[in-house]
Amino acid sequence: MHKEDQPLIFELTKPGRIGYSLPEMDIPEVDMSEMLPEEYVRVEEADLPEVSELDIMRHYTALSKRNHGVDSGFYPLGSCTMKYNPKINENVARFNGFAHVHPLQDESSVQGAMELMYDLQEHLKEITGMDEVTLQPAAGAHGEWTGLMMIRAYHEANGDTNRTKVIVPDSAHGTNPASATVAGFETVTVKSNEHGLVDLEDLKRVVGDDTAALMLTNPNTLGLFEENILEMAEIIHGAGGKLYYDGANLNAVLSKARPGDMGFDVVHLNLHKTFTGPHGGGGPGSGPVGVKADLIPYLPKPVLVKKDDVFTFDYDRPDSIGRVKPYYGNFGINVRAYTYIRTMGPDGLKAVTEYAVLNANYMMRRLSSAYDLPFDRHCKHEFVLSGKRQKKLGVRTLDIAKRLLDFGYHPPTIYFPLNVEECIMIEPTETESKETLDSFIDAMLQIVREAEENPEIVQEAPHTTVIGRLDETLAARKPVLKYVKQ
Amino acid sequence: MKHRYLPMTESDKNAMLEAIGVQSVDELFSDIPERVRFKGEYNIKPAKPETALMKELTLLAQKNADLKTHSSFLGAGVYDHYMPVIVDHVLSRSEFYTAYTPYQPEISQGELQAIFEFQTMICELTGMDVANSSMYDGGTALAEAAMLSTGQTRRKKVLVSSAVHPDSKEVVKSYAKGQYVEVIEIPHKDGVTDLEALSNMMNDEIAAVVVQYPNFFGRIEPMQELEQIVHEHKAMFVVSSNPLALGALKPPGAFGADIVAGDAQVFGIPTAFGGPHCGYFAVSSKLMRKVPGRLVGQTVDEEGRRGFVLTLQAREQHIRRDKATSNICSNQALNALAASVAMTALGKKGVKEMAAANMQKAFYARNQFKKAGFEIAFEGPSFNEFVVKLNKPVKEANVELLKKGIIGGYDLHRDYSELANHMLVAVTELRTKDEIDTFVQELGDYHA
Repeated sequence: MHKEDQPLIFELTKPGRIGYSLPEMDIPEVDMSEMLPEEYVRVEEADLPEVSELDIMRHYTALSKRNHGVDSGFYPLGSCTMKYNPKINENVARFNGFAHVHPLQDESSVQGAMELMYDLQEHLKEITGMDEVTLQPAAGAHGEWTGLMMIRAYHEANGDTNRTKVIVPDSAHGTNPASATVAGFETVTVKSNEHGLVDLEDLKRVVGDDTAALMLTNPNTLGLFEENILEMAEIIHGAGGKLYYDGANLNAVLSKARPGDMGFDVVHLNLHKTFTGPHGGGGPGSGPVGVKADLIPYLPKPVLVKKDDVFTFDYDRPDSIGRVKPYYGNFGINVRAYTYIRTMGPDGLKAVTEYAVLNANYMMRRLSSAYDLPFDRHCKHEFVLSGKRQKKLGVRTLDIAKRLLDFGYHPPTIYFPLNVEECIMIEPTETESKETLDSFIDAMLQIVREAEENPEIVQEAPHTTVIGRLDETLAARKPVLKYVKQ
Repeated sequence: MKHRYLPMTESDKNAMLEAIGVQSVDELFSDIPERVRFKGEYNIKPAKPETALMKELTLLAQKNADLKTHSSFLGAGVYDHYMPVIVDHVLSRSEFYTAYTPYQPEISQGELQAIFEFQTMICELTGMDVANSSMYDGGTALAEAAMLSTGQTRRKKVLVSSAVHPDSKEVVKSYAKGQYVEVIEIPHKDGVTDLEALSNMMNDEIAAVVVQYPNFFGRIEPMQELEQIVHEHKAMFVVSSNPLALGALKPPGAFGADIVAGDAQVFGIPTAFGGPHCGYFAVSSKLMRKVPGRLVGQTVDEEGRRGFVLTLQAREQHIRRDKATSNICSNQALNALAASVAMTALGKKGVKEMAAANMQKAFYARNQFKKAGFEIAFEGPSFNEFVVKLNKPVKEANVELLKKGIIGGYDLHRDYSELANHMLVAVTELRTKDEIDTFVQELGDYHA
């Protein structure tokens, strides 16, 4: 990688250059003053770049070289399921009939798009074991909020207005408590026990007639399957609450256990994770929500309906929580996920989970010789290590992560979940080869030796990236959030 | 099984099982209780080889009338615009689209810098001080803006103009319900927010007034008068704006807007049956630390080199958890990149020229309708949309137009009971004189 700074596009500007080719003006034009009163006419031009087409391509190509994606190298980022993003998905999503259709066209002219959505919903129902699915939420967190709003509507419809609390494990993703808050709930935390699972006694203590729901990932964020899931479901349902499944970790249980069979009432999926979205540098995602029958009336509207092989959107849903997004969701991402599911088929999806879990267990066993393994049992698709042994040598988990950059890897998730000290969370996914896993393991083991013999090389890492560790305190204390011309 | 995405061989698998110390893969799932164990395989369609699947989905896509082979006058928040071809070439670089959120800045400088440039361009267009890295879409961005206002003012009522996009209005209401906020609609008068009604509705309990500029009917709102009424009561002035229009229109920032939100779909992002598009969110500097979502900031490394990081993260859900005021995590990063490339390609001159072209072509079309004897509802300054009154339901007209390869305008009766037979027509820079003339001609029998 080049160490030179890549100028901002604004710094490459030269007045007089253009990068566009607009259609001809083939109509008689009138003076702006005929169309718009003077007080609405923009006087000062928006200071956008002035560059040629080649300037633009070189600029973004240079930027892309300063970025690491799954196609660049191994990306074992725990909880994010950074698997291969199939190229056929990208082709299909760009078909004119999918990419260039307007959401408000007459329904008769978009039956193909609606058929795809419907069939995707059917596939997701079978995969999750739920009774109905909406594709409207734009991302995982959006799905969480949608699901919680439905649970709220359900309780309110039953006159159960004092169910104000959502229980969340201490190992939960940050979005869980945040979604509960913006859905109008209070969050109550339930502790994990020494095995890394929800502490049933603590759950019994916090549950009550004010419980609206328990939000859970299974396997949890430690990569461990919540073995007592049926007992937990009993506790929550017994108290009149609903069970919410955060689908972030679904890659671990495809064809092995369905949320609907575990007792969950609501599920959201992250199609950009398990179903190869892709991640796009932080989005767009897609967060469909599945529900059991008693929650169907509250689904966001419109609901896609099939009757006599004709697809329509049903807006007449009096109990619906309303719209959560304009139109029908991130269709383009749903097309990709559908293409993926149809590429894999039932046997393929089963193999996905088996290899994801095999890979994670293999790495966990091999790395447990050098790193602390806080929970010594079979993991699912991901596992956590602790760097506390290395911390005693003055090398922190952050340093280990930064040192991995020198080996060409994206580091694992670090310092999450919060209930493990110096946490390192690794998710290899099923699309990586044994050779890749072995090379990464070798790098992790070498870093341990370096920490013992030559800690500076780890503490001062990275050494090979285009830029060194950045001053985040400065960034927050004196925020510079846009380019200002000197 | 063998699959092109799954590289493990039988011998790899056996070696790995041995290293783990188990006999079979099944053993690794022994922690799943028997009672919840799924037996067998999903009852879903079987896998299809690449070519066969491509063919099936090609045919499925062809069942849709697409904007590339039809002439479209449909807008209502989503538009068929010029998309510089380089946008897709940049997006197709997999270093961008196969990356995750740039939490490791040393190997994410490309994405971070691109977003920093996006933030800058959104600030330029809207005339605001700070813009975030993107939201899901214009509707949810507007809902977050309304919620931010209630937090900031500690008031629990929001006024939304009835000339705001109906879907966005509904999303605002859904979000408001979550946080026990009351949403009240301000009526429109002749297609713009009714100032007198607004004045009567204002009081010290109102957190925000939400308007759209240009509004859902294409009209230009009386921004100056609105701003005065809103700020007189120390409420927040929240404006939803089509950022392309701001190439020609005085930006909301110059009218004293506190928050500007909207959708950058107009810049290089396909309509895609409604998503993914690209919400944006811009504020005045006093609200910088209240912005939802991710922000990219400039800083330096140990050697003083310029670099970019995600910053002010104390606002966000992964730090604040249940104290967070927004739960957004994933946003629309790749589409923000698309919008950046398109805004860069258009540049200072192109964005102005394209905005003007939209106004010109819509103005021409409006006049052609008038000449043909149609009644235009809500006459007055507008951007690229206007309302034509027909003598029959819009749906009927649209079904007829489709047969001629034309996608007609939006049926306003779906959202406004008083606007039966009213079609919202969008004319972008892509529509030719021929297409416009043909459209007017094909609608010939429908004038009121």
